[in-house]
Amino acid sequence: MLLGPSLGLSAILFSLGVAGVLLRRNAIVVFMCIELMLNAVNLTFVALAQLYGASGYIMVFFVMTVAAAEAAVGLAIILAMFRHRQSVDLQNINLLRG
Amino acid sequence: MSFSHWVWLAVALPLGGFLVNGALALRRPDAKGLVSLVGPGVLLGAFGVSVGVFRELLGNPPHEPLIVPIWPWLSVGQLSVDLAFQVDQLSAVMLLVVTGVGSLIHLFSVGYMREDPGYARYFSYLNLFIVFMLVLVLGSSFPVMFIGWEGVGLCSYLLIGFWFSDKANADAGKKAFIMNRIGDFGFLVAMYFIWRAFGTLNFTDVMARAPLTLAPGGVIVTAITLFLFLGCTGKSAQIPLYTWLPDAMAGPTPVSALIHAATMVTAGVYLVARTNVLFAMAPLSSTVVAGIGALTALFAATIGLRQYDIKRVLAYSTVSQLGYMFLGVGTGAYAAGVFHLVTHAFFKALLFLGSGSVIHAMHHAFHSTHSHDDAQDMRNMGGLRRHLPWTFGLMMLATLAITGMPPLSGFYSKDEILAAAFARGGDTPIFYLFYAMGVAAALLTAFYMARLMALTFLGENRTGEQERGLLHEAPWIMTGPLVVLGVLSLVGGALNLPHFVGGNAAMERWLEPVMEPGMRLNHLVMPEGSTDLLLGGVAVAIGVLGLVLGFRATLGRPTLPARQAPADTGLALVLNRKYYVDELYDGLFVRPVEWISRMVLWKGVDQTIVDGVAVNGAARVSRGLGWLGGRLQSGQVGVYVVVFLVGALWVLRAVLR
Repeated sequence: MLLGPSLGLSAILFSLGVAGVLLRRNAIVVFMCIELMLNAVNLTFVALAQLYGASGYIMVFFVMTVAAAEAAVGLAIILAMFRHRQSVDLQNINLLRG
Repeated sequence: MSFSHWVWLAVALPLGGFLVNGALALRRPDAKGLVSLVGPGVLLGAFGVSVGVFRELLGNPPHEPLIVPIWPWLSVGQLSVDLAFQVDQLSAVMLLVVTGVGSLIHLFSVGYMREDPGYARYFSYLNLFIVFMLVLVLGSSFPVMFIGWEGVGLCSYLLIGFWFSDKANADAGKKAFIMNRIGDFGFLVAMYFIWRAFGTLNFTDVMARAPLTLAPGGVIVTAITLFLFLGCTGKSAQIPLYTWLPDAMAGPTPVSALIHAATMVTAGVYLVARTNVLFAMAPLSSTVVAGIGALTALFAATIGLRQYDIKRVLAYSTVSQLGYMFLGVGTGAYAAGVFHLVTHAFFKALLFLGSGSVIHAMHHAFHSTHSHDDAQDMRNMGGLRRHLPWTFGLMMLATLAITGMPPLSGFYSKDEILAAAFARGGDTPIFYLFYAMGVAAALLTAFYMARLMALTFLGENRTGEQERGLLHEAPWIMTGPLVVLGVLSLVGGALNLPHFVGGNAAMERWLEPVMEPGMRLNHLVMPEGSTDLLLGGVAVAIGVLGLVLGFRATLGRPTLPARQAPADTGLALVLNRKYYVDELYDGLFVRPVEWISRMVLWKGVDQTIVDGVAVNGAARVSRGLGWLGGRLQSGQVGVYVVVFLVGALWVLRAVLR
């Protein structure tokens, strides 16, 4: 039941997310792309749950919980970053350079 | 259970004394009364135990040694060594000598060391020395004996450097310790060979198996005995390792009497006597032992001729007399060597304690007048017989004993050794040479002893006007032991009266169960009747000649106090500087070792290789690796993500394959 299109859609969404993370410099956009990747994975879980049972659905709930927590922490970090630097451009954030 | 099983008490008592005195030295160094009670007290107790053991053996002489196990000590693979004591005729004799002479010297020390701030420390060391010495003579196996062997070396070091605030004393201690290490190396190697050859290290087993396992005169037994003898040359101050003993005189005089004359330095003689079977099976080693002994006897005696320090003369005399003992045991006259060991313990302890009495008087006199003259230099003495009559009489007695005047103890023991060397010459002609060297050494012995007595006690007093009135005899606690030793020096010969004076060689027969296996392998036909008498006559004549020459040469010309005396020249200087052997060793060994230590080991190995390559190199390598790793950390999130992605894909590929 629409397994092929579902998986195809999730693959496209995931790739879009990866591309966004790799290419964009704005931290907010990168963050949103990560969310996109997580939701692509959720779609895969839901689609495959039809074949392999309910554990896929349960996994989705876990992912959503983690995503919510990550959104809270991630946005707080970005906010703190912006207060310090007046910018959310990731190229300027390189304090960890060795 | 016989009384001999309690022999461990003889070791335990001084050990207790060491602990008590050591504790007092740390906490209450001023409790001299208690120390004076405990220090000599435990020794007298140990002497009592020794007498008890000896009496029991006397009543029922065992043919087999009695082994008293204390506890199992080492059990490694096939090697099993118990901490056990061996009671037999030989160890009983040594037990009596060590505790007997030790007791007298402890008593003497009470007077001699009374004013020393390290009084308690001194007695704790002295007690500890007795503990190790008894372990040495009682040990039933090579490793147990080695504990004592090392322990007495340690105590010797501690006591030589007793006044360690003076660098020369501390150096003398180190010298003794290091030279003994060289000898101990020989002992250890010998132990290894013995274990390889016999699979056991117990004396009784080794002696029983040796004639069955090894070929007489073979390489193995020769190597074992030569390495053992290397140990003996270190401990008993024989050529080439003798130079530490004269320097050891830096310690307190009773220490010189106990450790460096009567007991510790005779450990080598005891070792050869104990392992007589092995030495009897190795004629080459026995000849080396006798040759080194004869050479040392003669060589040290010549050095003794021109020393001015009273204790140094006695020190070289000790080296020389130890040479006699090795001549005896090397010849195969094991009992004669042990006999000379015993009589020498009496008269040499007496001589040292007498010199201690003299130094005590001189030191007090100089101390009272704040003079800085040397209290041990015989040129500052002279005419002391009027001030120290007891000491003079007793030291004269000891002088006659050491020069071998009948009927004093030294006559019998020295004569027997020389007679044995002469007898051995019958089958091994080189022993005639050793005999001649022994006789020459006897002449020199008489000469330097006469010189010592003449310079110290006879002639005009050279101490100084003010000091003269302050010279006086030591308290009875010091002269008392001297009197006892004097009596022993006088009658000590009775222990082993030879046949030609109607005796029955009691000590030889007593030691026979221990010495018989070696004597059987290395048979020695002692001269009888007229030959024996003639040899004795020659020895006495030589002794008298030496004494007369010595007194005449010394008293025949005036002696000046040390400060005014002209410097020695020519042969006298060479003898006074001990043939420059110390300088030779310094140039041959000490300086090269120091140079190698500094230039190769310190600057080369330590600074360049250890510090440079290893320590700093390791730091440099890790810093370089860290720098390389740091290049990966760009700080750019994007780069991390790419790396992460590549890694994730790589893992994915590996999983899916």
